[in-house]
Amino acid sequence: MIATVTELKQAQREYAACLERERTRILVCAGTGCIANGAMRIYEELTRLAAETGSLVDIDLLLEDEAREGSAVVKTGCRGFCAAGPLVHVEPAGVLYTHVKAEDAGEILQAALRGEVVERLVYRDPASGEPYPRPEAAPFYRRQTRQVLERCGAIDPERIEEYIAQGGYQALARVLREMTPEQVCQEVLASGLRGRGGAGFPTGKKWEFARVQQSDVKYVVCNGDEGDPGAFMNRSLMEGDPHRVLEGMIIAGYAIGASQGVFYVRAEYPLAVRRIRTAIAQAEEKGLLGDNILGSGFSFRASVKEGAGAFVCGEETALLASAEGERGMPRPKPPFPAVAGLYGRPTIINNVETLGNVAAIINNGAQWFRNLGTEKSAGTKTFALTGKVRNTGLVEVPMGCTLREMVFDIGGGIPGGKRLKAVQIGGPSGGCLPEEMLDLPLDYDTLQAKGAMVGSGGLVVIDEDNCIVEVARFFMQFIQNESCGKCVACREGTKQMLALLQKIVDGKATMEDLDLLEEVALVVRDASLCGLGKTAANPVLSTLRYFREEYLAHIQGRTCPAGVCAAFRHYAIDPEKCKGCGRCARACPAGAITGEVKKPYVIDQSKCAHCGACVDTCRFGAVEER
Amino acid sequence: MLVAVESILARHGYRRSDLIAMLQEIQESYHYLPEEALNYLATALGVSPATVFGVATFYAQFSLDPKGKYLVRVCDGTACHVKGSQRIYDRLVKKLKLREGRVTTSDGLFTLETVACLGACGIAPVMVINDTVHPQMTPEAAETIVETLMKREAEPETEPAAVGEGNA
Amino acid sequence: MAGYVTIDGIKVPIEGQRNLLEMVRQAGVDLPTFCYHSELSVYGACRMCVVEDARGQVISSCSTPPADGMAIRTNTPRLMHIRRMMLELYLANHCRDCTTCAKNGNCKLQELCARFGVDRVRFPAREATEPLDLSTPGIVRDNNKCILCGDCVRVCSEVQGIGAIGFAYRGSRARVTPAYNRSLGEVDCVTCGQCLAVCPTGALTVRPEVDRVWAALRNPNKRVVVQTAPAVRVAIGEAFGLEPGAISTGQMVGALRRLGFARVFDTSFAADLTTIEETHEFIERLQKGERLPQFTSCCPAWVKMAEQYYPEKLGQLSTCRSPQQMFGSVLKRFYARQEGIDPADLFVVSVMPCTAKKFEAQRPEFADGDVRDVDAVLTTQELARMIQSAGIIFSEVEEDSYDTPFGLATGAGVIYGASGGVATAVAREANWLLTGRRVTDLTLEPAPGQPGVMEAELEIGGRTVRVAVVSGLGNTRRLLADMDEGKVAYDIVEVMACPGGCAGGGGQPLPNETAQRKARARGLRAADKRQQIRFAQDNVLVKELYGQWLGEPNSHAAHQALHTGYGHRRRIAVEGEHTHGAPSLQVKVCVGTSCYLRGARDVLRRLSEEIEKQGLEATVDLAGAFCLERCDRGPNVVINGQEFNRVREDDVPHILRQALAAAPRQHAPASAVEGEGARGRVVECQ
Repeated sequence: MIATVTELKQAQREYAACLERERTRILVCAGTGCIANGAMRIYEELTRLAAETGSLVDIDLLLEDEAREGSAVVKTGCRGFCAAGPLVHVEPAGVLYTHVKAEDAGEILQAALRGEVVERLVYRDPASGEPYPRPEAAPFYRRQTRQVLERCGAIDPERIEEYIAQGGYQALARVLREMTPEQVCQEVLASGLRGRGGAGFPTGKKWEFARVQQSDVKYVVCNGDEGDPGAFMNRSLMEGDPHRVLEGMIIAGYAIGASQGVFYVRAEYPLAVRRIRTAIAQAEEKGLLGDNILGSGFSFRASVKEGAGAFVCGEETALLASAEGERGMPRPKPPFPAVAGLYGRPTIINNVETLGNVAAIINNGAQWFRNLGTEKSAGTKTFALTGKVRNTGLVEVPMGCTLREMVFDIGGGIPGGKRLKAVQIGGPSGGCLPEEMLDLPLDYDTLQAKGAMVGSGGLVVIDEDNCIVEVARFFMQFIQNESCGKCVACREGTKQMLALLQKIVDGKATMEDLDLLEEVALVVRDASLCGLGKTAANPVLSTLRYFREEYLAHIQGRTCPAGVCAAFRHYAIDPEKCKGCGRCARACPAGAITGEVKKPYVIDQSKCAHCGACVDTCRFGAVEER
Repeated sequence: MLVAVESILARHGYRRSDLIAMLQEIQESYHYLPEEALNYLATALGVSPATVFGVATFYAQFSLDPKGKYLVRVCDGTACHVKGSQRIYDRLVKKLKLREGRVTTSDGLFTLETVACLGACGIAPVMVINDTVHPQMTPEAAETIVETLMKREAEPETEPAAVGEGNA
Repeated sequence: MAGYVTIDGIKVPIEGQRNLLEMVRQAGVDLPTFCYHSELSVYGACRMCVVEDARGQVISSCSTPPADGMAIRTNTPRLMHIRRMMLELYLANHCRDCTTCAKNGNCKLQELCARFGVDRVRFPAREATEPLDLSTPGIVRDNNKCILCGDCVRVCSEVQGIGAIGFAYRGSRARVTPAYNRSLGEVDCVTCGQCLAVCPTGALTVRPEVDRVWAALRNPNKRVVVQTAPAVRVAIGEAFGLEPGAISTGQMVGALRRLGFARVFDTSFAADLTTIEETHEFIERLQKGERLPQFTSCCPAWVKMAEQYYPEKLGQLSTCRSPQQMFGSVLKRFYARQEGIDPADLFVVSVMPCTAKKFEAQRPEFADGDVRDVDAVLTTQELARMIQSAGIIFSEVEEDSYDTPFGLATGAGVIYGASGGVATAVAREANWLLTGRRVTDLTLEPAPGQPGVMEAELEIGGRTVRVAVVSGLGNTRRLLADMDEGKVAYDIVEVMACPGGCAGGGGQPLPNETAQRKARARGLRAADKRQQIRFAQDNVLVKELYGQWLGEPNSHAAHQALHTGYGHRRRIAVEGEHTHGAPSLQVKVCVGTSCYLRGARDVLRRLSEEIEKQGLEATVDLAGAFCLERCDRGPNVVINGQEFNRVREDDVPHILRQALAAAPRQHAPASAVEGEGARGRVVECQ
């Protein structure tokens, strides 16, 4: 139980001293991805072997026995480098091992104890193949500024002691002891922090709106409903450093005058849910949540609510409806949640990453945050870099980093020597930017001006082998599935846009269809009730803006330049190679192939369904695909 | 069953705002939401059955039809999609002999669904069976895993062991 | 708050308007809307009322409160384009067979498409065709015409406190439906019809009985008589260009005669009958101090609600039938006899403002065999249709008067159509009976803390009688909750399901909003004041009826003809439930070693599943037995003493079915008191 700020500082010293006594620290990444690849067996094996050496310690043991020293095996949160997992990191050497198997545990442990390195497991840059035992030197990590993610992969997220040892909850202490709620809002405003969930609204401003509302009950809601497919920044942060987010929430509560906080986390993130619940329980146990925190008179309690599988609940008013036990349908704004939100009370809804930035801003000051990033978009942003790029994973860069740096320096470029076609930013509600835009800085306003958006930070790299129209169709299908159905613009508009995109992909569209598609897109953008609807047209509008030729190719040219859309794949039988066995004719579901035994068969193009079954069944390679 | 629902209600203090959490707990116990349970919830919370039905049908997580013992979910998020999750799904449809839009096998053992992004994009394509995450799937690998489960179920008196590696 | 909002350059002062939409109407602009309704919560989904603010943002005017200094434009090219595209999108998912739709000419979607010049739909037509929901006698639900505005959902939930219908599913699969996609008749819908009063399209309409009435009129073997409810006479004219509340009784009667009805009677006559019976009943309860407070029973939607939600209060409902049903009973029993007609050949039609009356007329207790007391119920809308299709020009019809002996009504009977009318009539009668005084007015004041409730206190015969009048079922539920908690107390409560009373019934002409309801109620009260006779006991023809057939009020004969009973109703039909008595089965599955090894566990499991699936837990007793000593023939199952051997899992459904069919039946638990209102049998309420 930590009852005062002094006790907090004392605890920090105590825990830090404990961790010093860990001569060796072997960190096993235990995020969802690595666990799926067997991280827990590696952890168990390392623990068992370390115990056999007699030097295994953990922080509880160190607290009990002040004389002890030894080696620790720690399971950490997600480092965001899942494709290279399972990951094991050894301190103090700072070595990162990738693609580790349970059988490697012995070797890793021995090497760690002797201060050596297991060469074959060391991280290698996928582009050059060069080994980088210390990952910070690798191209993937070199250009990053891992500030919000600083502890993900470095601490055990299920031990509050480790968080405190690293200075955790000091920001809260400072806020409670030295600052008024108004000053906190001012500091956050001065830092230039903007909402990291996508909208980019100045956080300090939002807090101030809520702070000045007169109400005896207010709420802080953390939006952990990261629904963008391809985005896992919030998941990693919740799994890897849950106390960081929790501390930010408590500070937010103090700033606006709320005594209750709710974490709304998607049900598809069970590990994140567990880690947050554990963090809350541990904070309560230490008195950092509950009544009279650190003797300040300020009380705050937090709870967790799980989503139930609805992307639209990432929209704040839909989230509130869901938290109130209703269908997750958005409500018109005004009134804004800061005035009337959860149960009609003043509420601020902040993204996980937004809250994750707060403690650091308090600790280091607004100016420190401003020094990172650009003038209008301060600080850093996490991105999930995926798609056709060598280094996929979780990336954190200062705002203003260019797309070129992201894709080629950090991402390691496009594999297979393929050409970049586009970068899709901001999830399904975002937009696609072409190669010409690569030198754009990644910040809120620049991207918005170009018809894209930073969004939650998903970045998917698309190369020449992807069909941009199919990409637009794929995203529109997602949006159609997730539309809540309340307002006609989104409910019917996205349905018709999807139908038109399907028509284009199927090779049945006309130019009128293209005009209609654009017309509907613009109206859906203007007339929809909520953010999901308003941005639903982005996949269409941004691809039409920059990749119109590709649409025209499908409609007028009757071809798919990337060779993806089945409707345009042309199949023909080479009479030289055809043996007349008739297998393809039997496989054809459309009855389009005719011929006589031992004579070359022929495909009737007018009947062809473009399914490719004939290619698959021919044993002589006689069916060509064009 | 109503006794179980009653205890869930009591644990949540009969709070209407906890309706979704209550539905999640019922679904976890029964693998779906029985109509009887929904009616009971409606009566206990003082809302109409149509309201509870509306909440239950809004969220993808809930099913009003009994789900199979093994809930197989193939992720169709962007990263998984571009890495061929559709082919994995199609292969499983064939393997489980699911026809005409049915999602649960007639022996009640398997339910097949797609899910939009589990946030495990680094290990795409992803398949999840109950609580176990299977990384970097291919159609063949997925089929093999399902086949193993099918074999296990066909043998009586054997308790099925943990499904695949790891635990989420 | 003070200040101005500039609308299209015109400054409009802020004077308590709740949103911009209300203000825009004051700037002389009529913005279209589907989902906005002044009595319901703001939904903001139809996107038709959009306006542009100073920054060029498109916002819905219904959901934006006014603020000083706001400037909006209602009619930019972008807004026009949006409105047209929204309509095109609505039409893309809508049944476009307007010519055969009940709302043809009266549909808001049609109206707005015409207004905004939508002359083409560039999207493919709607694919699915859903079947009609004809499960209630009063309402037709056609989901092919639903535009998901949610007005019906909100009226049923917020105003009527029932929520029989709601939104389900999501996105383009979203639909408005009762729970579990059941039909309205299978859930707790009370057929009040408020949903169809607010539906802007043909998704919810009145279930017509016009064809049956035409058939009866043309049938030479039938004598067709009609009774008209009070609330019809102040509303029927609306279909012919008259103002709501205009009393067009004479023309209505004349039109009915021209349609071919043999006799035209006034339901208000029966209302007087109801007043007398109910007042006598009330006085008796007051004197005995039992079964109080008394609740009126003339509103069938309220009665169904009580049967569903408040079975413990059924004993307090007045046992009087409604005026419609009293009339039907009187006509079939006495009038038929008097005229020498077989009741089966007498076809009684009632014209009502109400859709629930269609449900009431079909209640089994209001029939003798298959001869119903009231054969058909027409709503005001349907009568207007009949008059129109007959080509009768309403304004030129010569006024006519009701037929004797059932055409004379007092003012007390006429005001039944307005909320407070029944209570007023009963108060007049009670006063007269107990004190001999003629007091016409019941001074109703709004009850503090009780929305929608009016109350009054009467000093009658040395005691204070507390009267409450409530309309709207949501208000009713709140009132009942407060009464149960002891916060308020009354001796007699008039309950009308429709806000404003029958004047706002589901069958009234559209628009059927507060303004129209108030005007109609005003018309009724004016009609009452114009009557020479205003006290039910002064109705000489009612006295004659008693003299000739009924004897005294509340007599045995009166009870037979004019009273009824009530039963319990489940709120929602449950799958697989037996409605006519449940069989009782004792099932024992041997789980001794031998049977176990042969698969008895699977048999037991399957039985348990089947029982659960069919909802038979309460009636099937399933148990395991340890060794039935038939080990060579296992697995063994014994059901009600009958033995089944070598049972496999797949045999279970078949065996269970057989056993259920053969099993003895128990009496149904807690089920309907047989409302024995049929002719010749004593009517008692439990």
